[in-house]
Parts: sequence; structure tokens; C-alpha cells
Amino acid sequence: MTIRPETARTKSITFALPNWIGHRAGQHVDVRLTAEDGYQAERSYSIASPPEEAPRVTLTVERIDDGEVSPYLTEELRVGDKLELRGPIGGYFVWEAQLGGPLLLVAGGSGIVPLMAMLLHRVATSSTVPTRLLYSSRSLEDLIYRDELDHLVKNTTMLEVVQTLTRVRPPGWTGYTRRIDTQMLREVAWPVEQRPLTYICGPTPFVETAAASLVALGHEPARIKTERFGPTGET
Amino acid sequence: MENKLDGNAAAGILQAIFPFEMTLVQATCTGCGATNPIGATAAYMHGMGTVIRCPSCDMALIRVAQVKGRYLLDMRGVRVLQMKEG
Repeated sequence: MTIRPETARTKSITFALPNWIGHRAGQHVDVRLTAEDGYQAERSYSIASPPEEAPRVTLTVERIDDGEVSPYLTEELRVGDKLELRGPIGGYFVWEAQLGGPLLLVAGGSGIVPLMAMLLHRVATSSTVPTRLLYSSRSLEDLIYRDELDHLVKNTTMLEVVQTLTRVRPPGWTGYTRRIDTQMLREVAWPVEQRPLTYICGPTPFVETAAASLVALGHEPARIKTERFGPTGET
Repeated sequence: MENKLDGNAAAGILQAIFPFEMTLVQATCTGCGATNPIGATAAYMHGMGTVIRCPSCDMALIRVAQVKGRYLLDMRGVRVLQMKEG
């Protein structure tokens, strides 16, 4: 197991799982903690790593201050600790290269995690599906995978990353500076006629805004897949 | 307040009960007749269990809880479940 800080609030934890049956990009695992008195808490976390890295599996976990599982995973977990993982789970919010595109990925905060698995799967399979990522963060410091995304954009064809910083912007910032809205999606999304495949992941209000905006712009609801997370889901 | 999630979030507990990939299983709502994959439904999770609701009319399709070593499953909101063979 290796642990790598991503931002002040998020860490990536990589497990070597010899019995892992393999996963698809977008799936999650349930992590169960059992206290000495038998009390159990279970939360879902998206897999950040692509299927091609199995049996190594990486989860990126954001600390929720009053959470039951994430403070342990981000602050107390040590190499050698034992955890119960169940998964992979979910076949709905999944992208595989053969599903094609064009692909629109919309991430709010740590909603980037399962979408990162999709981006890395796209690279690992040498897919050239035209892909756009719209990624909303509070500030540059809250941006998960900042260097990795820069690297991907420079070294991958047909991949564009558009960012919005909703609270704090560094001097000279040229990206968007507001929360996601219909106008932003009108500018960033692929034309409706191209029938893009869209994956949206983020906090519930973010996902609802993004999905409703895309439907209002004329995109097919059946080609928009959503994954909401929140205090109880802690994705 | 309960947080609205997707049926995807309930996939773990459903996977422990059913031998199918449940997020892709199509559920027809008893209330309004709409058919949606479980992954596209709304899920509300709290300590007592999980309620999966119809995205069209908000009817409770499935209630599921794990209590003292038993799974409790109330599926009165589902008229038909369709799953692929194999």
C-alpha cells in the first residue's frame, strides 16, 4: 500500500490486491471499517486508477471532517493496516474505449476521481475518442491531479481540459471563474448533433445543475450518466 | 437531511443480494410505469438503510436494509425487473 497526498484534503491510496477480479473505469468500491467494539461504518469510494493498472487499485479520498471513514483513511491509515474492500461495484457509470464518444466529462471537486480512471483508460488503450473535461474546483490548491492533468493534456491527442475556479483565482487566471451553468456548458459541451456521451460526477447540486443544463441544451438524457456524492456517500 | 445519490451508490448492498449487475437492471415503477436502469434512479442512504426512488415520480421502488445479519428487502414499488441473461 502506498499513500500520496493530492491536495490538503485529499490523498490517493494505492492497494496491491492479489485477488482483484479487475474493474472498469468509473466503478467504485465499498470500504468497511470495523471498530474494536464491532461497530461498522461503510462508505463508497471511486477507483481513480485505470483497469490496466490492476491488480494495483488506487482510491482518492477527500477528508470529510465529521465523516466516519474518510478521516481515518486520510489521516490515520498506515502501511500494514488491514481494510475491508468490496468491489468493484457498479456497471452503469462506466466508460470503456469501445463505447466511443465524443466524450464529455464534467467534474465537481473530488468528482474528478472516477473520470480520471476514464481518462487514464483512454490513454492506456490508445483511444483517440475526442474528449473534453470540464472541471470545477474552489481554488488551484483544491485542484486534484493538477500536474497529472497538465501532463495528460500535453501528451495526449484530442483531449481538452477546461477549468473553472469558483472561489479563489491566481493572478492571470484565464479559465472560468464561476460555478458551472448552462452558458458554460453551451460553450464547452460538444454540439448536440454529435451525440456526445457525458459523465457527470460531483456533489448532488452540482450534478443536478450540470445534467439539467445539458438536457435543456438538447442533449439526450439517456447519454448523460451521473454519479452524485455527498456526506453519506463520501465518494 | 438525507442526501440524494444515484442508484449506483446502492449497488454495493444490492450486489450482496442479487447475482446480477444491478445498476444495469431495468426497473418498472408501480406508480408511474416508467422504466429506468437502477443506476439512473435516485438513492437515499442513511443509517437505517437505503431507499431507491423512481427518477420520474419519486415513488419508493426498493427499500433495503441490513439488520442483525439479515437483509430486508421491500420491493413493492417495482412492477417488473428486467435483467439480461448470462
